[in-house]
Amino acid sequence: MSEVIKQSLSELVENIKSKKLSSSEVTKAFVERSEKSKELNAYITEDYANALNKAKKFDEKPNLDLKLPGIPMAVKDLFCTKDLRTTAGSKILNNFVPTYESTVTQNIWNEGAILMGKLNCDEFAMGSSNETSFFGNVQNPIDKNLVPGGSSGGSSSAVAAQLTPITIGTDTGGSIRQPSSFTGTVGLKPTYGSCSRYGIVAFASSLDQAGPMAQNVKDCALLQEVISTYDEKDSTSIDFKRNEYSKELTKDIKGKKIGIPKEYRVDGMPKEIEDLWKKGIEYAKDCGAEIIDISLPHTNYALPTYYIVAPAEASSNLARYDGVKYGFRAEGENLIDMYEKTRSEGFGAEVQRRIMIGTYVLSSGYYDAYYLKAQKVRKLIKNDFDDAYNKVDAILTPSTPSSAFKIGEKTNDPVSMYLNDIFTVPVNLAGLPGISIPAGHDAKGYPLGLQIIGKAFDEQNILNIAYAMEEKINFKNNITDWWIK
Amino acid sequence: MSKNKSEYLINRHDNQYEVVIGLEVHAQVTSESKLFSTSATKFGAEPNTQVSLVDAAFPGMLPVINEYCVKQAIKTGIGLKAKINKRSVFDRKNYFYADLPQGYQISQFKNPIVGEGKVILDMPDGQKEVGIERLHLEQDAGKSIHDLDPKNTFVDLNRSGVALMEIVSKPDLRSPDEVNAYIKKLRSIMRYLGTCDGNMQEGSLRADVNVSVRKKGSKEFGTRCEIKNVNSIKFMQMAIEYEANRQVDLIEDGQTIDQETRLFDTKKNETRSMRSKEDAHDYRYFPDPDLLPLEVSDDFIENLKSEIPELPDEKKKRFIEKFKLSPYEANILVSDIETSNYFENVIKKSDVKLATNWIIGELFAALNEKNLEITESPISAGNLSKLINLIKDGTISGKIAKTVFEQMMEGDKDPQKIVEEKGLKQESDPKALEALIDKVIDDNRDKATEYKSGKVKLFGFFVGQVMKVSGGKANPQLVNEILKKKL
Repeated sequence: MSEVIKQSLSELVENIKSKKLSSSEVTKAFVERSEKSKELNAYITEDYANALNKAKKFDEKPNLDLKLPGIPMAVKDLFCTKDLRTTAGSKILNNFVPTYESTVTQNIWNEGAILMGKLNCDEFAMGSSNETSFFGNVQNPIDKNLVPGGSSGGSSSAVAAQLTPITIGTDTGGSIRQPSSFTGTVGLKPTYGSCSRYGIVAFASSLDQAGPMAQNVKDCALLQEVISTYDEKDSTSIDFKRNEYSKELTKDIKGKKIGIPKEYRVDGMPKEIEDLWKKGIEYAKDCGAEIIDISLPHTNYALPTYYIVAPAEASSNLARYDGVKYGFRAEGENLIDMYEKTRSEGFGAEVQRRIMIGTYVLSSGYYDAYYLKAQKVRKLIKNDFDDAYNKVDAILTPSTPSSAFKIGEKTNDPVSMYLNDIFTVPVNLAGLPGISIPAGHDAKGYPLGLQIIGKAFDEQNILNIAYAMEEKINFKNNITDWWIK
Repeated sequence: MSKNKSEYLINRHDNQYEVVIGLEVHAQVTSESKLFSTSATKFGAEPNTQVSLVDAAFPGMLPVINEYCVKQAIKTGIGLKAKINKRSVFDRKNYFYADLPQGYQISQFKNPIVGEGKVILDMPDGQKEVGIERLHLEQDAGKSIHDLDPKNTFVDLNRSGVALMEIVSKPDLRSPDEVNAYIKKLRSIMRYLGTCDGNMQEGSLRADVNVSVRKKGSKEFGTRCEIKNVNSIKFMQMAIEYEANRQVDLIEDGQTIDQETRLFDTKKNETRSMRSKEDAHDYRYFPDPDLLPLEVSDDFIENLKSEIPELPDEKKKRFIEKFKLSPYEANILVSDIETSNYFENVIKKSDVKLATNWIIGELFAALNEKNLEITESPISAGNLSKLINLIKDGTISGKIAKTVFEQMMEGDKDPQKIVEEKGLKQESDPKALEALIDKVIDDNRDKATEYKSGKVKLFGFFVGQVMKVSGGKANPQLVNEILKKKL
């Protein structure tokens, strides 16, 4: 048996079920590794003592029929966790302790998993590098100078560095898939409506989706199976037949038609990305898939559309953080002064920028030109995918237009930062599932990911394709534990 | 001021002005729980005891529509003879205030649940139809309390998220009297339907009043001012009167009217500017992404239609046709559902004409005096019915009945028993009456002689004497007959 922290989720589950390992042993191993890894700044809030206690309790009366028996897990700090501080990476929620649990995390605890702590993220999930967090940036375990991606940067860093066997993130425009791609890990953004949004700090309600982040496709499938449930508490949750994704996982994708959208060959895309994509096509063919050229004509408009819709919703969703009811409050002369000071001091620059953009595009006189038009374009983007899926079963693209960039490299250039989401945002706008799997390295040795986009509710299919390709790609992450002294 | 029929005009110099009024009524939906949460909605609860995480807008909390409130809104729409929209959309109305936890109110902006309808008013000079523009569902805000502390404002979120129906009329109203009739009719319809209790003291019914004036005969509307949040009919009427006169004065003075939002100061009886059009909030309405468009099927609407009770207009028609009531009587008896129920219970077993007179006359006066609602009446419909039957079959006279009625008002007593216990039964035995009459004539010999010599007016005196001596119990009809013979 290999070292505990090196084991995949599936291995850990098996070893606990066969009593080769106890929950305490596993939890202790990940807690110890997390404690030694503070330099990565992956955690915002640690809950190790409680985790060890819960593991002990689990071992006293182990329920081995559960899907995640005694498995320790840290989660993105956007999920509200009962009695444990939930900050969304923001000063404005610095002291906020929920009295309730998000549906997604509740589903996880119901299957026997144990909470270790809350993972760093961009403030209110607004960012692609984890640099907008009030709690500081997170380092990519691949290289100390690299960002881990964002907004689920603490999650990607923690999974890649094996501080947690598995985790969950949220993805509004790429916040699961891009950090997975930057850290050589696997991340799934499920179909909109697959995972309940109840208890997740909202960024952009019509785009937000929780999803699993893991070392491999099988683990990802298992966690997706746990977190995806119909929830009456979320009016946008959809009641559809959910597979037991891990059980139904197969590498047999023979005859599957995979589309290659020509519009994803963007200007200025590095040759390494182009090469990775070509390699991906070959892997897919090797697996028996049929490659078909397709067109998604409105792809060019996805990014501007996203940067109207998401900030518009965010500007309204974040209005509740006003210092009146909970969270940070600055003293003021009167109500308006208190609001202004609370929100000026409580929100960081990127959040303020998006609130302003969102407020602007919803303002009378601009609404039709921006928000309404963006909604129309969003429909066209969705129609593009619908048309494509008349011909193909899934779509293959690169996950990101580059490998992980350096910390500080794009902080003063928001547009260049936004461009990082170019391949991921169309998927959110269309409400589709997408998975990023590690597929190679660039010249610097940094990981690169491929994205497989599926039809709505067809998570099983893209998990299968990812599972088959994963074997052919045989990716090995190159992590040296440089941060452990 | 001209009072030509019910026409309400304002006269200045040689000009006559007509007042144009439209109302946005906010009616609280009768529902155990709130529009998007399961919190209770009881009036008068301790502050902040009926607040869920959703109402207080905690992070990650999501609204879930209360189907009962949707049904109530559709029923109200049916009652207003309005178009029910099978697809409606909830929007966010964004603004900051301490008692608005979400930072936005969930409302319906472009696609309301109910479209155009109408309300019929019974005015002294005939019926008047008032158009309904729309009805939409929205959340109420919380309450800011400014007077508990010199420096701080307290916030009570019990109301936060309570379901309201905003009912927007067309600018069809022309006088404070019509506004009075409109609000009462709207309230009556909703109380019949059980969709709003219409309790203005508890804030279940408030209105924003839009007022403009124009020269009589003009087809163009004048610039309107909106008077916010007026919570009694009397204040609405006072506000309209003040505001219309203010606008006329401005026009007569050669000035223009600014479109603005105004407040009615109930102490000074005047409206004051709150904010101008330029300062109006930009609410940045957009569809709430937390909620899907609300879609209802034809079956859903048809089922609700089958639950609609007989409404005041139909009931009035039936009362007139079936019971031969006058329109005036019918109007009074159908004005609220409890009165009409009471009336129908009384007439199940007794005479309609007598019942109508006793309810509209004695009962209303007595209840009014004691400040009671019909539902609190000490006299049950059954006992009033018995009393009427005692009159009808001649057991007691109408006069005695009033005495019995007074006793019944002191507690729900059976009139039959009161009559028996107090010996109030009418004396209809001719022999007994003759003896009585003989004695009266005997005692008043001189008057009898006068009568016989042609002073016929004295007949009333003798009737009175007989009644007095009998303690009011003598059957007046028989007394008349016997007296005529004896004299």
